[in-house]
Amino acid sequence: MSAALGHALRDQRREMRVFQSRIVLSGLFILIAFGLLVARFTWLQVVQREYYHTLAEQNRISVVPVVPNRGIITDRNGEILAANFSAYTLEITPSKVANVERAIDDLSEVIEVSPRDRRRFKKLQEESKNFESLPIRTRLTEEEVARFAVSRFRFPGFEIKARLFRSYPQGEVASHAIGYIGRINDADVKRIDTQGNTTNYKGTDHIGKLGIEGAYERELHGLTGSEQVEIDAGGRAIRSLSRNEPHSGNNLVVTLDLQLQKVAEAAFQDYRGALVAIDPNNGDVLALVSKPGFDPNLFVDGIDPVNWDALNNSPDKPLNNRALRGQYPPGSTIKPFLGLAALETKKRTPEFSISDPGFFALAGVAHRYRDHKPDGHGSVNLHKAIVVSCDTYFYGLANEMGVDAIHRFLTPFGFGAKTGIDIEGELGGLQPSSEWKWQRFKQKWYAGDTVSVGIGQGYWLVTPLQLAAATATLANGGTVVHPRLLKAVQDSKTLETRELAAPTGETIPLKPEYLQLIRNAMVDVTKPGGTAARAGANAPYTIAAKTGTAQVIGMKQGEKYDEKRVKEAHRDHAVFIAYAPADNPKIAIALLVENGGHGGSTAAPIAREVFDFHLLKKKPAVKQKLGDDETASD
Amino acid sequence: MIERLFNLVARRIDGPLMAALMLAIALGLTVIYSASGGQSFDRVGGQVRNVLVALGALWIAANVPPQTLMRLAVPVYVVGMALLVGVALFGDVRNGARRWLNLGFGSVQPSEIMKIAVPLVLAWYFHRHEEGLRIRDYAVATIILALPVGLIARQPDLGTALLIFASGFFVIFLAGLSWKLIIGMGTAGLAALPFLWSVLHDYQRKRILTLLDPMQDPLGAGYHIIQSTIAIGSGGLLGKGWLNGTQAQLDFLPERSTDFIFAVFGEEFGLAGIAVLIALYVLIIARGLMISASASTTFSRLLAGAVTLTFFTYAFVNMGMVTGILPVVGVPLPLISYGGTALLSMLIGFGILMSVATHKQLVQS
Repeated sequence: MSAALGHALRDQRREMRVFQSRIVLSGLFILIAFGLLVARFTWLQVVQREYYHTLAEQNRISVVPVVPNRGIITDRNGEILAANFSAYTLEITPSKVANVERAIDDLSEVIEVSPRDRRRFKKLQEESKNFESLPIRTRLTEEEVARFAVSRFRFPGFEIKARLFRSYPQGEVASHAIGYIGRINDADVKRIDTQGNTTNYKGTDHIGKLGIEGAYERELHGLTGSEQVEIDAGGRAIRSLSRNEPHSGNNLVVTLDLQLQKVAEAAFQDYRGALVAIDPNNGDVLALVSKPGFDPNLFVDGIDPVNWDALNNSPDKPLNNRALRGQYPPGSTIKPFLGLAALETKKRTPEFSISDPGFFALAGVAHRYRDHKPDGHGSVNLHKAIVVSCDTYFYGLANEMGVDAIHRFLTPFGFGAKTGIDIEGELGGLQPSSEWKWQRFKQKWYAGDTVSVGIGQGYWLVTPLQLAAATATLANGGTVVHPRLLKAVQDSKTLETRELAAPTGETIPLKPEYLQLIRNAMVDVTKPGGTAARAGANAPYTIAAKTGTAQVIGMKQGEKYDEKRVKEAHRDHAVFIAYAPADNPKIAIALLVENGGHGGSTAAPIAREVFDFHLLKKKPAVKQKLGDDETASD
Repeated sequence: MIERLFNLVARRIDGPLMAALMLAIALGLTVIYSASGGQSFDRVGGQVRNVLVALGALWIAANVPPQTLMRLAVPVYVVGMALLVGVALFGDVRNGARRWLNLGFGSVQPSEIMKIAVPLVLAWYFHRHEEGLRIRDYAVATIILALPVGLIARQPDLGTALLIFASGFFVIFLAGLSWKLIIGMGTAGLAALPFLWSVLHDYQRKRILTLLDPMQDPLGAGYHIIQSTIAIGSGGLLGKGWLNGTQAQLDFLPERSTDFIFAVFGEEFGLAGIAVLIALYVLIIARGLMISASASTTFSRLLAGAVTLTFFTYAFVNMGMVTGILPVVGVPLPLISYGGTALLSMLIGFGILMSVATHKQLVQS
């Protein structure tokens, strides 16, 4: 063995030793490194497991609200006034779409997008936040859904959703009473928030805005449920994990009689105006008409600007609920109440009569308060004064009673105050008094002011609803009627229907013989010789009524009002109150026909159709044009 | 007859190592099935093909005697370097990195060749100079290593560069590089960090920054780490069960059948499953170190040791990256991740190990 070889071997042995020590070292290093990893995994998977478990659950589980079905609204006979239907909508989340306009253009090649849809979408877009999902098309047909589905990859940010929609199958009929729902706006959000209802409205996009829909939102909405769904990283729901069912809103039965409502609305023909029919025994509002109406369905998926402008700017003001918000002078319809007031306050006896020269004048004043009959009604007692609507009699009566005595007596009938009907928006009218005049104008009450109060003009303002309630109170003999629209609530869960107790009214102490006198006079109004003889002609039941005229423009002294020569918009409003059957009243109404002229010729026939239908179930015959009866007078 | 055929096939196969490898691969297939949604065998089928190809390569490598490998070392390295230079000059850019070279008949990633070529050529080099290694030899070895690592890091492909550097460093380390030098180089490396930082690409810096604080960019760069950490942590001791990992099945884990497959594994099989996997890895590594310790030539020793330690590096870097203690550098989990290339070079490495283990007598004579 050479030295070189020995050296090499020694070298090799040394190298071998180094190598093996390094292999052992590596092995140790590897064990330590894996040990570190295991320590890390133990930390993650044992010590912090709960934390990461929670994170993973939060990742995968999303709680989504399940919107309850809105309660259904029916009339007193179960006819549907507002219901729900399920339909597909195509919705866009603007924040997810680069160019919304372009995308909608592209969409219109796949399914129809009408100009109305575009306008409505634009309006919604302006009113809402960018990340909200807004409908571009509603009520898609199955075919449209299929057609969209095929090319949906072209439309990121678009989504088909199945939603419940509100529908108002009666269209314009009773629209002012039912109201409508609309998309929740900022003001609604604030209100919901102050009511502490935010959680319950998660997922709800619509809220009752007006009428029953607005007033009974709480009953109709129901309780929102929730669903835990598993979602993937893209946020798509994969499956349902658990579900907390929503409670549908309660169904409401309203006091309205749809058929009666239809008859009443049809009876108005093309006239503007309002009618309120009340059951004097319990305050049920049987019909609540404000003409013209509007189609509440327009509001359901967001009204488009064109329709909105049309409704909002129409001179006919279809959105104005005239029955609750229209304030008109009561005209001569106030006379029966004043007559009763004079009897009760002993300012007049049934027998007292005047000789009517055709005008009334205050002592020492030249001004003549004219009667509508220029040469007067001759000898007039209270009965006749109501039957022929003698102004002169009531000028004197009011003057002798004084405005404050009248105010005191009439206030319990509800004049000058809201009736408290259970929908919003009602106005209170105005019943003048010296105190009111002082507060309002800082002016003293003059005797002359009282004279025109006697025929329901001057400062007087009533709403048709108010007048109807007062008439109903008069009809039932003095039990104050509080009109109401909600009759019963059907619990969505138990399906039990809870009838709401009619509000009990205070009783106004009235002498039966005085009541009888007024009633007889009002009945004779509808008999030959009365101002509304036409309303009572051939009726198999008796009608107690009073006609009236609400002046639109003042007439100068000595000027003669000639209906034919006055522009339609300046013609007087016809006012009419009535109840029937007179001896056992089942229905009391007040109605107003704007620019309808005399109450007897335009308003009375409407009342007759309503009565006939309500009492006899008799549908009105072929229409005769209203207001062409020249014989009737106020 | 059958016995002879079996002998022919299994002669160069190391039983214990093969058994451990097959177990790990089978485990990988079950996880790939789950990671690909648990409903189709498309991915699993693809991986089975990859496995079969790689096993064929393993068999061939196992049957090539170490001497032949030694002769192949320099040519393979030279070809690899030529291709790397080609990539730097004419390579295709994919995903912002120049890693592929189109050779007309198909694209290759020359860095993959280097994974084998670098330890091979370094083992060859130290074998040639086994009589009295001097500092100069280590310097030459360092250059042999630095050239491909530098080129690959420039592509940029930090993960692969790191692994190739590691494989080469292991050869040099096992060859007996003195501790003084190791410590000196380590210190120099640390000192060079600020410089390295300045030459890093923005996305690489971002990766390192998000590693330090993943919440900095929870929806972007940090998303991977956050979601994989959640997956592993929520797996708990025993896991959520195969196919039941919510993070994996609901798409929260990105790249879940490739680089982040360990998160799926950790979520569905828990700490217990991880312990089994690490035990399997330890078994494979221990067997590799044993083979290398008892190898008869410097070349086989160094090569076997480096292959084993590189395998460990793969496993460690991947698990470290998925659990947020190492940067996300794009290293697959060895034997488990879906993908053919990494598996191929891995099993060729194990084939070499087996060749070393079964050709001892021949060399010794």
